[in-house]
Amino acid sequence: MNLLEIFLWMIPLLLLIGGVGLLAHKTATWYRGVYGATGLVCLFGLVVGVAGLVAEQPPLELVLPLGLPWSHAHFRLDHLTAFFMVVVNLGGAAASLFAMGYGLHEPHPRRILPLYPCFLAAMNLVLVVDDAYSFLLAWECMSLTSWGLVLVEHRIASNRQAAFLYLSMAGFGTMMLLFLFGVLAGQAGDFSFAAFRLNSAGNVNGFLVLFLVLLGAGSKAGLFPLHVWLPLAHPAAPSHVSALMSGVMTKVAVYAALRIIFDLNAHVQWQWSVPVLIIAGITAFIGVLYAIMQHDIKRLLAYHTVENIGIIFLGIGLAMAFRANHQFVGASVAITAALLHTLNHSLFKSLLFLGSGAVLHATGERDIEKLGGLIHRMPVTAFFFLVGSAAISALPPLNGFVSEWLIFQAMMVSPHLPQPLMKFLIPCVGALLALAAALAAACFVKAFGVTFLGRPRSPQAAQAVETDGFSLSAMAVLATLCILIGIFPVTVVDLLQPVSQLLVGVHLPPHSGELAPFTLLPFGSEGSSYDGFLIMLFMLVASTLTAWSVKRFACGVTKRGDAWDCGQPDPSPMTQYTAGSFSQPIRRVFGSVWFYAREKVDMPLPGETRAASFKVTMLDPAWEGLIAPLGQGIGWLSERFNVLHFLSIRQYLFLVFTTLILFLLMVAQWS
Amino acid sequence: MELMHDLLLQGWQMVLVVLIAPWITGVVRKTKARMLRKQGPSVLQPYRDLRRLLSKETLLAENASWLFRVAPYLIVSATWVAATLVPTFATGLPFSWVADLLAIVAILATARFFLALAGMDVGTSFGGIGSSREMMIASLAEPAMLFIVFTMAILAGTTRLSTIASVMASGTMGIRVSIGLSLFAMLIVALAENARIPVDNPATHLELTMVHEAMVLEYTGRHLAMIEIAASIKLVLFLSLISCLFFPLGMAQREDGWLAMGIGLVAYLLKINALACLLAIGESVMAKMRVFRVAELLSIAMLFGVLAVFLLFLSRGM
Repeated sequence: MNLLEIFLWMIPLLLLIGGVGLLAHKTATWYRGVYGATGLVCLFGLVVGVAGLVAEQPPLELVLPLGLPWSHAHFRLDHLTAFFMVVVNLGGAAASLFAMGYGLHEPHPRRILPLYPCFLAAMNLVLVVDDAYSFLLAWECMSLTSWGLVLVEHRIASNRQAAFLYLSMAGFGTMMLLFLFGVLAGQAGDFSFAAFRLNSAGNVNGFLVLFLVLLGAGSKAGLFPLHVWLPLAHPAAPSHVSALMSGVMTKVAVYAALRIIFDLNAHVQWQWSVPVLIIAGITAFIGVLYAIMQHDIKRLLAYHTVENIGIIFLGIGLAMAFRANHQFVGASVAITAALLHTLNHSLFKSLLFLGSGAVLHATGERDIEKLGGLIHRMPVTAFFFLVGSAAISALPPLNGFVSEWLIFQAMMVSPHLPQPLMKFLIPCVGALLALAAALAAACFVKAFGVTFLGRPRSPQAAQAVETDGFSLSAMAVLATLCILIGIFPVTVVDLLQPVSQLLVGVHLPPHSGELAPFTLLPFGSEGSSYDGFLIMLFMLVASTLTAWSVKRFACGVTKRGDAWDCGQPDPSPMTQYTAGSFSQPIRRVFGSVWFYAREKVDMPLPGETRAASFKVTMLDPAWEGLIAPLGQGIGWLSERFNVLHFLSIRQYLFLVFTTLILFLLMVAQWS
Repeated sequence: MELMHDLLLQGWQMVLVVLIAPWITGVVRKTKARMLRKQGPSVLQPYRDLRRLLSKETLLAENASWLFRVAPYLIVSATWVAATLVPTFATGLPFSWVADLLAIVAILATARFFLALAGMDVGTSFGGIGSSREMMIASLAEPAMLFIVFTMAILAGTTRLSTIASVMASGTMGIRVSIGLSLFAMLIVALAENARIPVDNPATHLELTMVHEAMVLEYTGRHLAMIEIAASIKLVLFLSLISCLFFPLGMAQREDGWLAMGIGLVAYLLKINALACLLAIGESVMAKMRVFRVAELLSIAMLFGVLAVFLLFLSRGM
């Protein structure tokens, strides 16, 4: 049995666990058993993924007599698949471990159990299939199982709305992918990916394919302006599922985009990178700006996923531009950055969603305006959440910085591109990325600061207790990986090179430790360099020196007293800075333009008895400008077509006959 | 032997930035006082302040968490490491490749992240206001900084600071408008990053004008001493950055002898003292801005950065 066959066994196994989940009794043992078994299968998939990534062998292929009788189901395992297997199953294993503790506290665990393993099975299946029919089938299974998971708490009206929006967006995305495969298959009508690789689409069709990828995979990943469902649907699911949807499912969409853009639709033109770069830059900037305005911790995290997807697509766009211009080092750096950020984001976003799940369980609150001071009640969760926050804010020496640094390095060589448009465009996109990174830091100071620091703003927050051991160990694993990848990025970057070879045709030379064992040198020993390990070491030395000299020279007496607060401390926790007040400066600077944010202050004069009020109104440009009019348009059209439901039998027969004639005419014309 | 030499050089720079940091702060304060026709405290006063703060007992607020106590160590060490990696008196120091300009900016962002968190830890409104404004200013300063990095990277072909400094020092570049524009942008960014007038006033504890001071309001004793020295080191870092990028006169090379190193050191000290005096003069003739006008100031910095990059493309004939 080769790796592919071993891996394929995972999928029936997961479906079987899903079936067992259907029969689960209402006891902790059953819940733990189902989640534990899912976690073990994911761990197994992770091992297979790592093995596939390090194996130096041609892609493994397999045809099984499943699916359509004339085309069968094709499967293929290459380095790209193997890398995404690592991402998916790492996230899956961590979420399952978390769920072994957290899943018991859910109000309706038995609604989750059957769908959860099936969701993971569908995501794994998307990665490994190699023909359009099976791909769409797996893709749709992934959408439907996750839709079911969003609807777990279906009695809450907002969840139903979120699920409906998600379902319509997912349907739209799948339809676009259907068209896309139609364009790729052309008139020959062979829907296996192997055939797509052989007959590359022409220029016009190629651009059409790119456009459809951005709509189809982009709507699942959350590219602007198709991101609107993400911040509604991801938070509605139970937290371990939110972690999977945000941290892992969006990555499956990235996989689809990479597979189609670089593998199936091979001849990339430089012009194609322009829309990708612009959309990605806007997505990154808008995503974080939305996030900073949110007070719901899970929605804030979901908007950050939009930002990070923007960053990943920025890497993809750069790689397209470099590859089309045969500048292979730049292409390799950019694609490595995109892949590394994919992995990094799946780690810290899962970590943060699991942390928010722990907070949600401990306090029952998702609104951070009602939290505060949790660092005292939940110190371990607070520490892991802090690691995740620092990592997502791209702070060295953690992992988020490494991938953003690589993207910036790819941008720094963009002046070598021959097209003037690219020379001017890329620095502007780079500024958007820098802005997004800085705003992300602001956003996580807010998210962590308001949730965990300060004084509790509600009795629930004051009485929170630390979460269980399973949940903590899941977070510990993810936090450790965030730190390790930050310190030893070279190892991961070297592991990613076969994938880079597959996608852009070149790979970076292996890091041989020219300057130091762990220095990242994308452009050789004379180029730019970054060494997370030494920075970590230096910071340890510096803080040890500081601690030693403080211990040696300073007065060691520490007392506790009231807060100073310029001499006017107020005992009420309501006088603290809130999430709304924290984001006020940024809302004024950016939000007044992008979101048409307006503040309405009603301050009664002295002597008046009515209460003062302060109201902020904001409009969402994507929603107001695109989704809402589109929805209204569809509603209007449906109203018009409604008359078709009330025709007589003769009129129906006439309609059917006319349609038949029209189709026959089309066939006659076409052939 | 070579390794000893290397370690010694890097260690010396590490000590140097800490040693001169309070001095530079003292020079700025003294010059500002003289500009206002005051006698002003001695230049050595910051050293005495540090000693005094260290000798005092530390008073923590009742609900200060572990983060509040750990943050000063993290802030000092991050700022210190960043300052050690900026070329001061010599280029090509043995560990100069550890972090490039982007990474140095990001290490400073780490320090700022923890400072802003510490500001929110006690749960007072002043701490929150400081953190919130600091992060807003930082988010505007970073894109401007990126354009400066971009300009330098295009000119020198790398973001490694040491290489940029040697390229600038070699004079092969000639005089370029872009360098002037980036210098201007850099000055504004440096003012914003170091909480100087017109962005923030380091000398005030008036409620609504504080940004940096509001965040550290709850710190006392040894913790405050660490925060103060970190702020001084950050100032030295930015002055060193400006002097190594735009005025790399007299900088020694790694393989140079002791004499060249000595000349480099003297030149460096002269340069940053001069820059500190200029900073004080600049601060004295400007007024503090309203906090929401800072956005405009930093947009100007960004605009200059954009112009610097675009002019570079145009002047090279695309």
